Amino acid sequence: MAGDASKALSNDVLWGGGRSPFSISYGKMMMWFFLVSDALTFSGLLVAYGFVRHSTTEAWPIGEEVFRALPGLTGSYPLIYVALMTAILIFSSVTMVLAVEAGHRMDKKGVIKWLFLTVIGGAFFVGSQAWEWSHFIHGGGGYITTNQGVKYWVHNDTHDTHDPSNAAGFHLVPALEGHYLIGEEGAHHLDHEASMKLWNDRANYVDGANMVHNEYGPPQYANFFFFITGFHGFHVFSGVIINLIVLIMVIKGVFHRRGHYEMVEKAGLYWHFVDLVWVFVFTFFYLL
Amino acid sequence: MERDDIIEYSLDAHHSEEEGAKIRRNIWMVTLFLAVVTTIEVTLGAYWKDWFDASAWNMIKWTYVVLTLVKATYIVMSFMHLGDERKNIRMIILAPYAFFILYLLYIGLVESNYVHQMWEHFL
Repeated sequence: MAGDASKALSNDVLWGGGRSPFSISYGKMMMWFFLVSDALTFSGLLVAYGFVRHSTTEAWPIGEEVFRALPGLTGSYPLIYVALMTAILIFSSVTMVLAVEAGHRMDKKGVIKWLFLTVIGGAFFVGSQAWEWSHFIHGGGGYITTNQGVKYWVHNDTHDTHDPSNAAGFHLVPALEGHYLIGEEGAHHLDHEASMKLWNDRANYVDGANMVHNEYGPPQYANFFFFITGFHGFHVFSGVIINLIVLIMVIKGVFHRRGHYEMVEKAGLYWHFVDLVWVFVFTFFYLL
Repeated sequence: MERDDIIEYSLDAHHSEEEGAKIRRNIWMVTLFLAVVTTIEVTLGAYWKDWFDASAWNMIKWTYVVLTLVKATYIVMSFMHLGDERKNIRMIILAPYAFFILYLLYIGLVESNYVHQMWEHFL
């Protein structure tokens, strides 16, 4: 190996010779390297989630039972909202790849159209995630535990986080042993008097989710939800900003003058990666 | 100084109208495929309990993993155009990642199994 650093290389094999050894530009290659490292970060998070879930002896919440609400509707729609978010992100990925394709034809109008739709799709996704977080944090009624450690779900017609016993239709439903389930249809519902008695003797009341405890399952469940979807949401947010900047540059004609739209391709790589990560988060956090 | 992001290294930075039409058709086919796979996943997640008994869960789990990897392959190879790049850059990106991730999965599973057993026995 000694002496290699001082060995003279022909300019042909170097990028200084104007030729990439991989037929790929410096910027695109560095974007790929960044994406590989970012992919390892997300893999680390998902493997850590798997580790905790696999090692715990407690019951773990199931995605289709936790995420089953739609904005403005009552009733159970398991995973429909998350599926809509996935669809939004996949379609904004499609508009991005169409923007890249238009860039290859030097079609400035096409690039603007598709990139604009990509930005809109990304913004929709971030907004959807905000609603999902809000719903997750506020919860569906929560549960109480008695001094003997028995768990009861709180049911209400209207969700009142301050004093559930005041809200109309307040009653308790005994929770199944070792299960994290929002009260099933047909479960044994206590009458109002018995519910009030248990409510007044409660040891604690858990409603919604925060970093310390949550009504869905072990504390780590909510912590991983916040961290994984939050980290991904931050990537989407950054992607929207990057796409917006590139869009403005396209409108100003920067890339047209440059002679190629490779910047759209590089931003596109990042944007597809965000979609790619969501595919895995969707499977390993929501489906499994 | 000459800016090196302006030099065009990439061989596929431009294509003609006819090639573009072909590429667009391919993009929409991949989109349709991804949408169908996601629909299958969600439907399976929502209704599998009505269709199969509890013992099928293991098989459904593996179905999810396989479908996810199929989706990921299409996104990386088609949308991110890695399939169109040269083989050397493809391997430089995929091989180290696959190596690290297989190790991470292996150590995660082994260690979490161990921790699970310890908690079961000593708590």
